[in-house]
Amino acid sequence: MGYNWFDRNLKWIYTMPALLFVLLMMVFPILYTGRISFYEWSMSATEPPRWVGLENYKALLTDGRFWHAVGATFTFTAGALFFQAILGIAIAMLLNRTFRGQNLVKTLFLLPMVATPVAMGLVWMLIYEPTIGAANQMLKFFGLDPLLWLGSPNQVLPSLIIIDVWEWTPMIALIIMAGLSTLPNDPYEAADVDGATAWQKFRHITLPLLRPTIVVALLLRLIDVLKTYDIIYATTQGGPNFASETLNLYGYVLGFQYFKMGPASTLLVLFFLLVMALTLALIWVRKKVEA
Amino acid sequence: MKRMTKKMFSAGLVTVTAASMLAGCGGGSATDNGKEGGSAAKPFEGKKLTVVTANHPWGEAIKPLIPEFEKETGMKVDVQSYFEDQLTQKLTVQFTSGSATPDVFMYRPLQEGKQFAKNGFVQPLDEYVKKDPNYNFDDFSKSAIGSTTVDGKLTGIPVITEQEILYYRKDLLQQAGIAVPKTIDELVAAVKKLHDPSKEIYGFVARGQQSPLVTQVSSFLYSEGGDFIKDDKATVNTPEAIKAFSTYGSLLKDYGPPGVMNMAWTQAMGIFAQGKAAFYTDASAIYNNATDPSKSKVADKVGFAVFPAGAAGAKPYNITSWGLAMNAKAANKDAAWAFMQWATSKDIVMKTQEKGNTGARASIWNTEEGVKGLPAELVNVIKESSKIGVDHDRPVLINVGEARDIVGGIVLKAMLGEDVKAQAEKANKDLQALIDKEKGK
Repeated sequence: MGYNWFDRNLKWIYTMPALLFVLLMMVFPILYTGRISFYEWSMSATEPPRWVGLENYKALLTDGRFWHAVGATFTFTAGALFFQAILGIAIAMLLNRTFRGQNLVKTLFLLPMVATPVAMGLVWMLIYEPTIGAANQMLKFFGLDPLLWLGSPNQVLPSLIIIDVWEWTPMIALIIMAGLSTLPNDPYEAADVDGATAWQKFRHITLPLLRPTIVVALLLRLIDVLKTYDIIYATTQGGPNFASETLNLYGYVLGFQYFKMGPASTLLVLFFLLVMALTLALIWVRKKVEA
Repeated sequence: MKRMTKKMFSAGLVTVTAASMLAGCGGGSATDNGKEGGSAAKPFEGKKLTVVTANHPWGEAIKPLIPEFEKETGMKVDVQSYFEDQLTQKLTVQFTSGSATPDVFMYRPLQEGKQFAKNGFVQPLDEYVKKDPNYNFDDFSKSAIGSTTVDGKLTGIPVITEQEILYYRKDLLQQAGIAVPKTIDELVAAVKKLHDPSKEIYGFVARGQQSPLVTQVSSFLYSEGGDFIKDDKATVNTPEAIKAFSTYGSLLKDYGPPGVMNMAWTQAMGIFAQGKAAFYTDASAIYNNATDPSKSKVADKVGFAVFPAGAAGAKPYNITSWGLAMNAKAANKDAAWAFMQWATSKDIVMKTQEKGNTGARASIWNTEEGVKGLPAELVNVIKESSKIGVDHDRPVLINVGEARDIVGGIVLKAMLGEDVKAQAEKANKDLQALIDKEKGK
């Protein structure tokens, strides 16, 4: 009897662990966050959460600091993705040739990606230190004016974008290198016969063939960049003057510094919808590109 | 077969229950023995205690002493350490979920004290400190106890006290023939004179990050005659407050190092220790970073002075920056208290203070051994500051985090050269709303 039952329910039994994991570790927290977003709760053990309906949503949508965070999130994401895409493709093309010590260079190149982000944040803080840091020493060496980097509301986002580009370009390059290795040879041979230049080959053969790969790489990075928290918290904690306060950071501040679990959850729900909308939009673009 | 299992199970249950009841009695009588006899051997034999400390020199100093305590009491003490922010987060999450561990923990009374007390996380200690007359709780400084008292209840034992002091460069002042500033006006004048960016010497450095700076601007505020809150009314838009915030902000804007707006104490102290600043105001507790030759390029040139006087005299804060508290849900409160009593006893405070941890027991400050770990000049400054000190260094509210951001925003406008008064008016409204909300509950 046991065997038969097992056989009949095989599909359920094998998928159960994965299903349970997803339910417990992903679906439940999301639903719970959604629930708290309608309450006012300060994590108190003596005062239970209080139902406030849509108040949290109303308050957040009229909160200047929230919209500022939305702006910072988009600026940071757009800047980081733009440079990562261009540099990632360029580096992938470069490393795709065969040369001596190729593997060593590839390995070294991946190091920023595997280093601990918070530790790297602290290192970058030293580099960016306007008085004693390496960044300004370098500018001085080239005869340029020193910058304030993380210490200025205007320069902080570009400075953070540089860190993110430094850390995550290797990932884009890695995915694109994988894409490059699957490209067929025939179009290139045909192009050679027709006497195409290197640029023409890149522009009219490589890029179009790579497009699906690039979209996937950008999609993965987009989701990650939107959620960036570690390097920003380690370097500026959202300052100066909230200039680098992204949605993720504002959510943390609301939850763990102001202990307003309701608004914090509201923000996360809105953020979740935003990330999902952008992801769906990109997937739609990808389908268009592939069709 | 099934019935048999059931029988065996209930038999087992009875045995376990009986055993635990016996153990309960045993435990109780052991504690009693401990109290009566005093020296009755190992009152907490086999008990396990979890203690959480911050990554702080006090934690480092207490750890090597714990085996001795374990030997005396028979207790097993498990110590875990975390970074400041991580510690707050870990404690909050654990307490919210009703955890019985850690039994004893280090916390920042002015930052988390009110919130922890309101949420019922901490055990009031008023009864405990009276238990043993030899503990001599009256020995603790009044303003230090003021910092750990919430709504008339003692919620923690002061472990580290600190005051805002003025750090200065002896050599630079001497070269320029400037006396150590006694008033804020003299400080501003001296800062102007010593400011020389072409040589990478900045007149003044202090915290410029929005939230961290609030504690350090507080002494400016008190010395000008202001405060954050008076009788439940926000007072950050008074002329005194605006003067204090503007002074602090423009000192940093005009005579501070570049990028000061992203500086907490580590970066500000870094600038001072690298010999790039003439004056620096911050907590006394971090002096070691300026005087330790392995951390500071100017170790032998650092001077300490009492915070300069404003319109209302010199009023630096004198607060308990770190305290020791007990989890309200701790499984064995007598054992937890035994540890706290030991860790804050005269003997142990003497030993931790010898390693530079500035404790709250007045009797220790008056002994030679108690202050030998500290520079003599600093000891005088600390003693003097303790006499005139104010017992808080930030708006004392449950939601300190938000209050700090509100107040810090005013100083930030001063640093950006924008309208301080307008921001102060706005901040005062926000702060009042926060106070009203907390009072309403």
